[in-house]
Amino acid sequence: MVTTLERAREVAAAVPDPELPMLTLADLGILADVEEHDGAVTAWITPTYSGCPAVAEMAGDVARRLRAAGFDQVEVRLRIDPPWSSDRISAEGRRKLAEAGIAPPVLGARPAAGLLTLGPTRLAVTCPQCGSTDTEELSRFGSTACKSLWRCRSCREPFDRIKEI
Amino acid sequence: MTDDHVYLSLADAAGEPDGEARWAYGTGFADPLLGVDAAPPPGIDPADLAAYCLMLGDDALVLSQRLIQWITRAPELEEEVALANLGLDLLGQARRLLTRAGQLDGTGRNEDELAYWREDFEYRNVRLVELENGDFAQCVVRLLLFATAREELYRRLADHADPVLAAVAALGVKELAYHREYAQSWTLRLGDGTAHSRERMQAALDALWPWLDELFTPHEVELRLGVDPLDLREPVLASLALVLEEATLSLPEAAPRAYVNGRAGRHGVHTEALGPLLAELQVVARAHPGATW
Repeated sequence: MVTTLERAREVAAAVPDPELPMLTLADLGILADVEEHDGAVTAWITPTYSGCPAVAEMAGDVARRLRAAGFDQVEVRLRIDPPWSSDRISAEGRRKLAEAGIAPPVLGARPAAGLLTLGPTRLAVTCPQCGSTDTEELSRFGSTACKSLWRCRSCREPFDRIKEI
Repeated sequence: MTDDHVYLSLADAAGEPDGEARWAYGTGFADPLLGVDAAPPPGIDPADLAAYCLMLGDDALVLSQRLIQWITRAPELEEEVALANLGLDLLGQARRLLTRAGQLDGTGRNEDELAYWREDFEYRNVRLVELENGDFAQCVVRLLLFATAREELYRRLADHADPVLAAVAALGVKELAYHREYAQSWTLRLGDGTAHSRERMQAALDALWPWLDELFTPHEVELRLGVDPLDLREPVLASLALVLEEATLSLPEAAPRAYVNGRAGRHGVHTEALGPLLAELQVVARAHPGATW
């Protein structure tokens, strides 16, 4: 017997990300929580970056999917504390990213902390196309706030990478 | 995949009744603090907290506007993308901070009203962020000075008593670390580069250094809130000194820019550069108030 809450969680967890539609908001760790009281559903989402322009779309998608699944009273709220981290991307999310040719972030890595550090940190990034670790960063900033642009020196293919944050 | 169009919900974003027209500019379709508890923290004067959020939000908004002016003008496509990303981070921080200011100041103004409908003397940003863009060396130096100081500030604000300000800072500090790294890497590359690039970087540093001190000069609101920016001075200067030495650049000795009767950006006393910047930022919103599409 599936409870109403489990059903609501299932629906919200299946909502695709607007920029990375091969992943769900749950895979990305953006869906923070879902609650249900007497049929009224509240879903919380955690934006990735402060300036993520897709927040309205994500909130709208979650609300629309829940309404389509028969929930009449739906509220979507933002949860900004704790802030999003790339560590929140699930194992399944990492697998789907790599499958889509996007290198997943390294768990636990961060932009070098502290003010006295200089120069880029060297991370062993695996090419999502050929698996080589002979890769280099072309640009720390890419097509969206959460990505950087890389190149594989073995297969010569460029690829996106989700940044650690 | 389902047959969902991922942008189908553009028309019915959360908080907006189905089918309602969207404001034609600005951000009227999404509250950046949607559903976040807005209650002011106990023991803190909401007016002071609002004023402080406005200062930090205006810094971010104005620098964001300067950065997007580099679009189509940056020396390389990758740098254009990078500067746009930096500007987007700052704009996101500004949206949250201005929204927070509007929640607390008793006027009920939202982020758009604060961004588009205040005059230059009502802006509370430091003058460093409003100065004309100049060349790419000035872009790099301004980012280096601002990001180093703002990262250090956000690190300290991440456990502030106001949960909203703390959350903005906790995410912001991670973003600013990327901004600082970007500015540091270009400072090293251009400073310790050719004779020409070094000369341009030193000139930019000499021109902007006198504006740095304003970031460490406490406003009475900051003192009442217990967030004295003077505490940032030592660690920020130490970090900058290390980078500049590595980049073979000399630490300028020029005195800080003067205040006007003890007043500067935090009091609404700005340089002539802010007016034209705001005119560009605000012109559409003011020409078509409340326009929808």
